[in-house]
Amino acid sequence: MTDMPPPSDVKLGLVIDLDICVGCQACVVNCKEWNTAGYGAPLSDVNAYGDNPVGSWLNRVHTFEAGTGKDARVVHFPKSCLHCEDAPCVPVCPTGASYKRAEDGIVLVNEDWCIGCGLCAWSCPYGAREMDPAEGVMKKCTLCVDRIYNETLEEEDQIPACVRTCPTSARHFGDLGDPNSDVSKLVAERGGFDLMPEQDTKPVNKYLPPRPRQAEIEEDGPVDLVALANTQTNEGAGFWSWLDKTLDRLQ
Amino acid sequence: MRPAFSLIVFTTLSGLGFGLAAIIGLGLITAPTAFWWLVYNGVALALIGAGVVSSTMHLGHPERAWRAMTQWRSSWLSREGVLAALTTILLFGFAVDGYMNGAPNFVLGVAVAILSLVTIWCTAMIYASLKTVARWFHPLTPFMFVGYALAGGLIAAVTMDAMANGDASVLTQPALLALLSAAVVAVLWSKQAGAEGSGSTPESATGLGALGPVRMLMPPHSEENWLQHEMGFVVARKHADTLRKISLGLAIVLPGLALLAAASSPVALVLAALIHIAGVMVSRWLFFAEAKHTVTLYYGQRH
Repeated sequence: MTDMPPPSDVKLGLVIDLDICVGCQACVVNCKEWNTAGYGAPLSDVNAYGDNPVGSWLNRVHTFEAGTGKDARVVHFPKSCLHCEDAPCVPVCPTGASYKRAEDGIVLVNEDWCIGCGLCAWSCPYGAREMDPAEGVMKKCTLCVDRIYNETLEEEDQIPACVRTCPTSARHFGDLGDPNSDVSKLVAERGGFDLMPEQDTKPVNKYLPPRPRQAEIEEDGPVDLVALANTQTNEGAGFWSWLDKTLDRLQ
Repeated sequence: MRPAFSLIVFTTLSGLGFGLAAIIGLGLITAPTAFWWLVYNGVALALIGAGVVSSTMHLGHPERAWRAMTQWRSSWLSREGVLAALTTILLFGFAVDGYMNGAPNFVLGVAVAILSLVTIWCTAMIYASLKTVARWFHPLTPFMFVGYALAGGLIAAVTMDAMANGDASVLTQPALLALLSAAVVAVLWSKQAGAEGSGSTPESATGLGALGPVRMLMPPHSEENWLQHEMGFVVARKHADTLRKISLGLAIVLPGLALLAAASSPVALVLAALIHIAGVMVSRWLFFAEAKHTVTLYYGQRH
């Protein structure tokens, strides 16, 4: 039913560290790879090798520039379903296909009931849901529900595909309903925040802000790369330095 | 938001049909013969039916549309589905009963009228309940839908009444009043709805506002995705004011002039009704095209 379950004690979700995400897109690709073969209909692509390829993906990495002048910085910004406590996509569903699990708070779509009306995607402020172009049903992040409880997998693989594959450990998975969990502590330490809190969705997923810049860089300004190169080639020792000086003399 | 043709036809025609059903249900137009009674009700049922069929064309799985009747406790779309079905069945029963007995059943008629208005309200609430679309999330949105539906219903009623009775309908003045009210509500809505924005910004969407203004540097994909196709529609915006004038001219002014000048001419009235429908469809096109969704904040737009 699309009635929201009472708030669960367990709130499984992701914590995404915007300080160390390098925007490599590995989480995007591994998400697509796992979920096209796992839960529900495959994540289809249309015209994949043509002029205007489109397809459904459950995780996207945006790139923003924040701030101005020398304080401006590039922030890679992975975005997938936030598994909101007050998920607006659940009560709007006319069929009961869109639901939030009472036991762990994961928001899922029952694809056998989904009529593909798209209203859940309209109600989501974050753009976390995409209509599958081939199947005509709504696709969204399942928090890899078919991995995290899957005891046939190795223990280290029983986490969402995006978390497992991230080469910089910018993504963390855990129970945000437990104040003593690693992810909750991380959020408390680093000042984790909600996206669009004004939309009153109470996202479970949290984002960690980029750390402040190191002070000495701000004071000294950018390093002079030309000077650095000159010093290195002219003041070295050994064969390469000898060759460098000899070639200089021959000029 | 992308103005899907199926949804423009759905909201326009089913709104008009339920508006007409409300007028018939309240007994405001009288049929001189059993034939005309069937025409009145048949036109209302056909308009509603055409609208509903069009709405299912918007679905990825129309064959499962019956499932949309189940979640009336939480979903305005489900409520709309349940009430549309209930009202249509009741209207059909009311039409058959009136035909058999030679006179409309008062209680059934009032029930049809009330349910028709509630159905239009539910249709509008599908849009008006979405906090993500500031243009729609406004208390006047359902009044705008009901205003157009009643004005259109009265134009259709006046037209058929004039055809059946061979003279100007007694509803001509009320129809003019309904047109005027619909225009006032539509103008108020277009000036006020969404004027304050959604309250969300690229800074709140990314949570990076503490670092300063946030700009998109690179999109997450090279081609337009479904989200942008569905919710990032921007084509009409520069023509919005012109289109709004056209829609008011077609939906309100021209039909109003026809009612004033040619209320006993069935040909003029049929034309007026068709022009009204075209005008409402233009206004519905704008209803979608002008609406901005918060997801576009992630794609370089500012609201």
